[in-house]
Amino acid sequence: TWCRTKKESIRLLKGLFSKNHSALLDWVCSPSLLLTSSKCDLHRLEEGPPVKAELTREQGLQYYRTMQTVRRMELKADQLYKQKIIRGFCHLYDGQEACAAGIEAAINPSDHLITAYRAHGYTYTRGVSVKEILAELTGRRGGVAKGKGGSMHMYAPHFYGGNGIVGAQVPLGAGIALACQYQGNNQVCVTLYGDGAANQGQLFESYNMAALWKLPCIFICENNKYGMGTSVERAAASTDYYKRGDFIPGLRVDGMDVLCVREAAQFAADHCRAGKGPIIMELQTYRYHGHSMSDPGVSYRTREEIQEVRSKSDPISMLKERMLSHNMASVEEFKEIDIEIRKQVEDATQFATSDPEPPLEELCNHIFSNNPLLEVRGTNPWSKLKSVS
Amino acid sequence: ALIYLLKYPYLACLRPTQKMNLFQSITSALDNTLASDPTAVIFGEDVAFGGVFRCTVGLRDKYGKDRVFNTPLCEQGIVGFGIGVAVAGATAIAEIQFADYIFPAFDQIVNEAAKYRYRSGNMFDCGNLTIRAPWGCVGHGSLYHSQSPEAFFAHCPGLKVVIPRSPIQAKGLLLSCIADKNPCIFFEPKILYRAAVEQVPEDPYTIPLSQAEVLQEGSDVTLVAWGTQIHVLKEVASMAQEKLGVSCEVIDLQTILPWDIETVCKSVVKTGRLLISHEAPVTGGFASEISSTVQEECFLNLEAPISRVCGYDTPFPHIFEPFYIPDKWKCFEAIKKMINY
Repeated sequence: TWCRTKKESIRLLKGLFSKNHSALLDWVCSPSLLLTSSKCDLHRLEEGPPVKAELTREQGLQYYRTMQTVRRMELKADQLYKQKIIRGFCHLYDGQEACAAGIEAAINPSDHLITAYRAHGYTYTRGVSVKEILAELTGRRGGVAKGKGGSMHMYAPHFYGGNGIVGAQVPLGAGIALACQYQGNNQVCVTLYGDGAANQGQLFESYNMAALWKLPCIFICENNKYGMGTSVERAAASTDYYKRGDFIPGLRVDGMDVLCVREAAQFAADHCRAGKGPIIMELQTYRYHGHSMSDPGVSYRTREEIQEVRSKSDPISMLKERMLSHNMASVEEFKEIDIEIRKQVEDATQFATSDPEPPLEELCNHIFSNNPLLEVRGTNPWSKLKSVS
Repeated sequence: ALIYLLKYPYLACLRPTQKMNLFQSITSALDNTLASDPTAVIFGEDVAFGGVFRCTVGLRDKYGKDRVFNTPLCEQGIVGFGIGVAVAGATAIAEIQFADYIFPAFDQIVNEAAKYRYRSGNMFDCGNLTIRAPWGCVGHGSLYHSQSPEAFFAHCPGLKVVIPRSPIQAKGLLLSCIADKNPCIFFEPKILYRAAVEQVPEDPYTIPLSQAEVLQEGSDVTLVAWGTQIHVLKEVASMAQEKLGVSCEVIDLQTILPWDIETVCKSVVKTGRLLISHEAPVTGGFASEISSTVQEECFLNLEAPISRVCGYDTPFPHIFEPFYIPDKWKCFEAIKKMINY
């Protein structure tokens, strides 16, 4: 600590005088540390991701910010749903934030990602603002899909949604990986699904194709222990989801530790980019809410279980405590970030509740891709609407 | 009340009835089946605890977990498995959680179940199979919880497709489907699960399949629909009577495949005008089949072109649902145009 350069000392003094705390903290807190993450279970792999991971201060704060934003956004969506401002279906992601944050940290923005309906977290990490996500949930024209998709259908560049039908997104992901391979652009496709979808037939068809043609596809099973209301033991003959790919190598990762997820995703991405073919990752995670907003979430699991996970393995608290105990950040900094995020979500809510709904003309737009205006037949022979696309 | 009893002869003997809504009448039908048929089994996603719409509540406790059991999340597997159970001689009642999810099973239904008897020269059949699925719009279902796929299955000879409009019909029709020696698909209007309440007989009874029911006699326009839309048309009929002095004959098709051509044509011969309404998109919807057949049979009797008041040719929208569905005003408008043709 004493071997600081003159430059840094001047910065420190400046900081002290200008009340610029971050300069001071940068000096006082450790810039980066090598932290231990848990070991992964391996299937058909000689070695797994490194057990020690480097975390810099900026990275730590960035992950904290990402996870906390997703958490606050989901809780706000919960609130809005109960006020009936959001209607339809709403599948919340709180508890699983480390998966989204960790994966995004490991891949590039030019890589591709596709997931199922619990997609708000990934929509955010793939670059859509909280404002657009909440406006899509409330069905307004400012929403990311113009208000026409709702909770389950949000998209962004290189993020293919948001898919309602269980398991249907996995063959799509394999196809995107094929496109990456064909175009030779060194990109990978991260294809996510849940423990419920893991029993769908189309997954095994995708595994076969991906392995046969060595597609750069990372299949990730987010195992949150319950497929809607059915626990994994009652749904799957084998709950070792990372082994279900049989001939595809797999690893099982602690999905509540963002560092663990990041290292594993990095390892998987390197595996695919090296041309070794697909790989399966099972992220062991947990969701605090029920399957969707119409599910209280306590009829198939105990409140004690949820409480236990919340107190012992909450991803955000774990990261925060680690950084605090290793002196990488201060409590005030986290508080500041929290306040900023709170404001961001409040502003987004304001927008989402005041933006107008899409105009009626949008009902028939974008059915096909058509050059001259397409006429759409409707409820009566004389009422036709125009479709532009 | 007397007219009610005469209209529903199966109620005429004043059997003990209970106030039930649609899902309770389904539970009652399934209860009757499991009690009378020792080979009957019910399976599907989440049916053990009672089902996401409570249609199977209490059955597992009453009849055992080997007769009412959950399957993993695999529609193609559920139906394929059901076909196997049926072919081997047990009564299989498979539940698909939402009609929107039936498509992975489409191959099994169309290529295996429907053609089993035909391709084996009547040596084998899967008539013991009944598939139940919640169907139709619900107000907030959007793309994947609101679909009405009856038209896809109507195109497949070998299947029976049945859609009830109320608890009494639901129990009778479901029991008929289960008893019927052909694979049947039974779509249950999910919006009516709690909303429709009637006094339903507790013991089993059947309502014949492939027989449309004339709910209201009339002389000027024939209105045909099934499921939830019947209630819309009943309202339209009374609006037409009040505001236009037009007397409407309302027919509930009940069985989509094979449909009761005779009842509908007889009615059109009498009135000369036909309006068919359904929530599914207009192009290729089942109204097109009815329309085409009626114009073949009753061409010279028609006073006006046949009206189809159906959903727009778009995926079922999230935020635009009130504009999308064929509500009573659109049907009323269509009647006005037909009368003034």
